Amino acid sequence: MTLLSLQGIRKSFGAVDVLHGVDLSVEAGEVIGLVGDNGAGKSTLMKTITGIYRADSGSIQLDGKDILPLDPGQRRRLGIEMIYQDLSLAKQQDVAANIFLGREPVKKLFGLIPGFVDKAEMDRQAQKMIERLGAHLPSINRSVGSFSGGQQQTVAIARALTFNPKLVIMDEPTAALAVREVQSVLDLIRRLKSEGIAVILISHRLNDVLAVTDRIVVLRHGRAEANLTTARTNMNEVVGRIVGGGDTSAAAAHEQRG
Amino acid sequence: MASDMTQPGFWSRLQRAAVERLHIRLESLLVLVALSAVMAVLSPYFLSLSNFLNILLATSTIGVLAIAATFVIGSGGLDLSLGSVMGLSGVAGAFVAVNLGWPWPLAVLACIIAGGIAGHINGQLVTRAFVPAFIVTLGMLGLARGLALVISQGRAIYGLPPEIVYIGQGRPFGVPMPVILLVLTAIVAHCLLAYTRFGRHTLALGDSEGAARAAGIRVEHHRRIIYTLSGALAGLAGLLFTARVNAGDPTAGINYELTAITAAIIGGTNLFGGRASILGTMIGALIMGVLQNGLTLLAVQSYYQQMAIGAVLILAVFIDQYQVRKEARV
Repeated sequence: MTLLSLQGIRKSFGAVDVLHGVDLSVEAGEVIGLVGDNGAGKSTLMKTITGIYRADSGSIQLDGKDILPLDPGQRRRLGIEMIYQDLSLAKQQDVAANIFLGREPVKKLFGLIPGFVDKAEMDRQAQKMIERLGAHLPSINRSVGSFSGGQQQTVAIARALTFNPKLVIMDEPTAALAVREVQSVLDLIRRLKSEGIAVILISHRLNDVLAVTDRIVVLRHGRAEANLTTARTNMNEVVGRIVGGGDTSAAAAHEQRG
Repeated sequence: MASDMTQPGFWSRLQRAAVERLHIRLESLLVLVALSAVMAVLSPYFLSLSNFLNILLATSTIGVLAIAATFVIGSGGLDLSLGSVMGLSGVAGAFVAVNLGWPWPLAVLACIIAGGIAGHINGQLVTRAFVPAFIVTLGMLGLARGLALVISQGRAIYGLPPEIVYIGQGRPFGVPMPVILLVLTAIVAHCLLAYTRFGRHTLALGDSEGAARAAGIRVEHHRRIIYTLSGALAGLAGLLFTARVNAGDPTAGINYELTAITAAIIGGTNLFGGRASILGTMIGALIMGVLQNGLTLLAVQSYYQQMAIGAVLILAVFIDQYQVRKEARV
């Protein structure tokens, strides 16, 4: 069943056309690799899915429902989550505050005055989520700015997974990580797939993309240049589609070595 | 586990606990105590109950303005128009009560609504016209002050109804009304900032606008509410001041934004947003109150007091930034 369907997405910033009519569809539980050179429009495309950017034209449907008019908060509630490359964390706030940002549970103070944030519940669930991810944080009551890069990413991942998403978009999740941490992110993607959660993985690390995805979509000059089945493609073809023809064997061999 | 980490000392653990549980900086509390001790030694009158109530009374207007500054600065904004909007609101209330002769509750509402409108205009301009908050509120500083002078024709409006005067001069159970109203406002503001989604979103917004946006918070809408709230609080401060001096004075509140912003920063509000607490701000406001009161008791000219406040603002930001850089190195 098609979970997400994009048709003819166009987006320009002033005189600069970034997306020229992109089509993309994602099945439930499918892992899609989105690759392309810098400036191909990958991040812009993803931000039109999350609603940070409003597409100039085209349609976006989730479970057959038009979500184009919805704002980012409404799209999150429908199950679209994104882990940003810069992580988009509020660094002076603590772990629970970040995980629950915009979706804080509330209770009534003394059973009377409504609208009080249930901090104890937030802390409890945040702790549970961090443990489920098998991560170790010094304390969930510390501001996340005091954590290491990998620990901060754990918080960003926990935020994306706490509210039972249908689709998780990851923008370069492994770019800043150590080798062992990269493996745990790839394992996480496999686990999400097994739970029926669709993943769109943006990455320059083609080895990771080939290892973990079902399909690879190549974005080039703001268009979906190729839609490859991962099991039936190889490094050579992917690199060729990214740079657009010519002799790419040297570049592919370089990528292959990783 | 613990062997590779240096155990934090007692003082830094106490600091951390204060920040995490009470959202205040311990240093500001120490400064308040030290400052009070110095004043008590220098002036025998300082420690009397009546002087204590005097300090609270003098702090009430600044305290309300400082609460407004805390919300705005905590959200990563700035409101330089607080003092002018306070002056405009007081005049608006006096105009409604005296010149129009309307009942006193409408005059009270007029103060708060006039402030709220001025604040809302700030918010609209900041979020829709993309003029920086610094410029918008600096412009409003001039606009609101000018309008206050226009409405009052440059003269204070006298002859307020006794109910309004009671708000400024009444003493139920011996406690001045403005002090009671400040405490009530502070309690509500503290709950709003520390325990509600609105308050958490305010700080998240000041921390990282991108993170707030990505989390689905309606950033511009939220900013407009904060500027409107700030203006309405300045309106409340205008009401307290007007009622206390028994006149709608168009020059009320000149330079008060300086003191209010200083109080908020001393109280631990991060100048660039993301960290703020009403409790801290109240400590900051008391520091300003004690400083002014003490200097007055010591018969220091008010010109020097103005200089002292300016110096304290710069010093407070310096200390805060010094600590931020120190923490960043750890």
